[in-house]
Formats: sequence, C-alpha cells, structure tokens
Amino acid sequence: MKFGVVIFPGSNCDYDTYYVLKDVFGQETSFLWHKEHDLKGVDCVILPGGFSYGDYLRSGAIAKFSPLMKEVIEFASKGGLVLGICNGFQILTELGLLPGAMLRNKNLKFLCQFVTLRLENDRTPFTHKGKKGNVLRIPIAHYEGNYFAPPEIIKELETNNQVVFRYSDAQGRVKEEANINGSLGSIAGLTNRKGNVMGMMPHPERASEALLGSQDGRLVFQSIIESKNI
Amino acid sequence: MKVRILVSYKDSVLDPQGQTVKNALHTLGYNFIEDVRQGKIFELDLKELSPEEVEKVIPEISDKVLANPIIEKFSWQIIDKSQTREGREKIST
Repeated sequence: MKFGVVIFPGSNCDYDTYYVLKDVFGQETSFLWHKEHDLKGVDCVILPGGFSYGDYLRSGAIAKFSPLMKEVIEFASKGGLVLGICNGFQILTELGLLPGAMLRNKNLKFLCQFVTLRLENDRTPFTHKGKKGNVLRIPIAHYEGNYFAPPEIIKELETNNQVVFRYSDAQGRVKEEANINGSLGSIAGLTNRKGNVMGMMPHPERASEALLGSQDGRLVFQSIIESKNI
Repeated sequence: MKVRILVSYKDSVLDPQGQTVKNALHTLGYNFIEDVRQGKIFELDLKELSPEEVEKVIPEISDKVLANPIIEKFSWQIIDKSQTREGREKIST
C-alpha cells in the first residue's frame, strides 16, 4: 500500500503520520507538497492535523485552494481513499468532500486529551478491522471540532450509515456528558456517501504505539492497509 | 472604493463566543442585553468598479471564500471615509 501525506504550510502532524505509516507499519510512504500537482501514484492520501495557513479566516478555509486539492478531489471522485485527521477533516468539509462544518468547541477551550469513541460503522475501508460497538481510546487536540450540519444532512448521514465514530464514555455509551466538544450527534468521524473519504477529529497517529499510552489508533491504519482484501 | 463585509453565524447556528460575551455583560449588570452575536468584518479596498460589477463580485467572493455558507451569512455595504471613524464616534449609515 502506498501512502501520501500532504504537507500544507502549518501542518504539524505530518511527520508523526509519516513515521507511523513508514516505521511502525512498514508501508511505502511519501510526502506530497500542497503546491504540486502530483499524487505520486499513491493508494491513499492523508491530510494530516495541524494549523494549515495558521487557521486564518477559518480552519481549512485557505488550504482548500492549494493546487494539489484539485488532484485530491479527482482522486476521491474515482474512489481513491482519502483520510483527513483533525485539521485534515476540517479541510475535507471546506472542500466539500465531506458534508457539514466545524464550529468552536462548546466550552470555547482548546481540548488536548484522550477521549473514548464508539465505533459505529465497521464496514468502511478505514475501520473494517474493528467491530461495531468497539470502544477506542484516542487523543484529540483541537479548538474547532464541534461538528455541525443542517438537520436534513444529519438525517442523511444517519440513514446512510456515514457516522463512523461517536464520542462516548469508557463503556461506549453515547451521552451528552461524553460529547466533549458539542458535536451534533456526538459525531467524531464520518465518511462520504461512497465510503472512500473519511474525516475524524481524534488523532490515530498519536495512538499507534504502546509507549504513547494507547494503540487503538492502529485499527484505522491496519484497516486501510488491508482494505484491498474487503 | 471601500467595501465592508460582515460575516457572522446564521441564526440557526449556536454562537458560543457571543454567548460568553453576553454572560460577561450580564455579570457586569447589563441585564437588558438579550442576545449577542459575534462576527468578523472585512474591509476591502477596490479599484473603481461599476455598481453592477460590485453587486456581482462581492457576493461571489463572500460565498466562495470569506464565509462558509453552511454555517455563516454575510452582508455588505460600500463605505466612504466619513463612515470609518475612530474611537467613540458613532458611525452613521
């Protein structure tokens, strides 16, 4: 599996993601500079976390005009796998590859901590190694991760089974107290209708080695690596 | 020519910053304030354009770049020097 990690000015999880894919999982991985027009033949594009363009205007609002995004949209429309993590998720919504938008966290705090998530859909290329109902412990680090979409879109997401992760308590119960940033439907991650583009606010690359306190994020990368078998 | 564009959350979207400002004002005793909505202002200096061109281009860039139409709305006006005042002066429109 060939991975490409896009670098924008202000990305700061690009090297972590590259390291996990290359050194932890032993996959062929390249960096993709946002100003180029070449996806280097990768099978999966990752938009990493960080603060592209300093989050000026809105998170992800300027990154969507980066030259490489034209290729990413085309790649996604042909069924290529695209994963956006944190700021990458924000960019995917701005690009229109995923529905909705991000508001500031309900408590107006930058939240940097472990959270627990319930896996809602185990039939995506990003999660098929897990089981619906699994509880994952993965850290978040964001100020604008309060997912919003108009009611008709939320309904559509639920009907089409596009919600992949929800914030939950440690037992996997989804409830308002566990909905740390105020997201509608406690949504922490979702896919597009076709299921080949996923965005998630938690950082799986920060939970891929025991040394870092959790390996639950491995599920996402392992699923992608084995996605050709599903 | 100067254009001022105001971008703020749609009424249907919760504005936690506005709520926090409202609570702070209530703490100070200004209890007559019923709601606060916070937004952003952009002031653009333009080369001279015809009124028709301005009518076309300002909503276009607001929708495409300055505001996210899923969560935000915008309004705009052409302003002249008399409307950009300093400090405590009241702006008449």
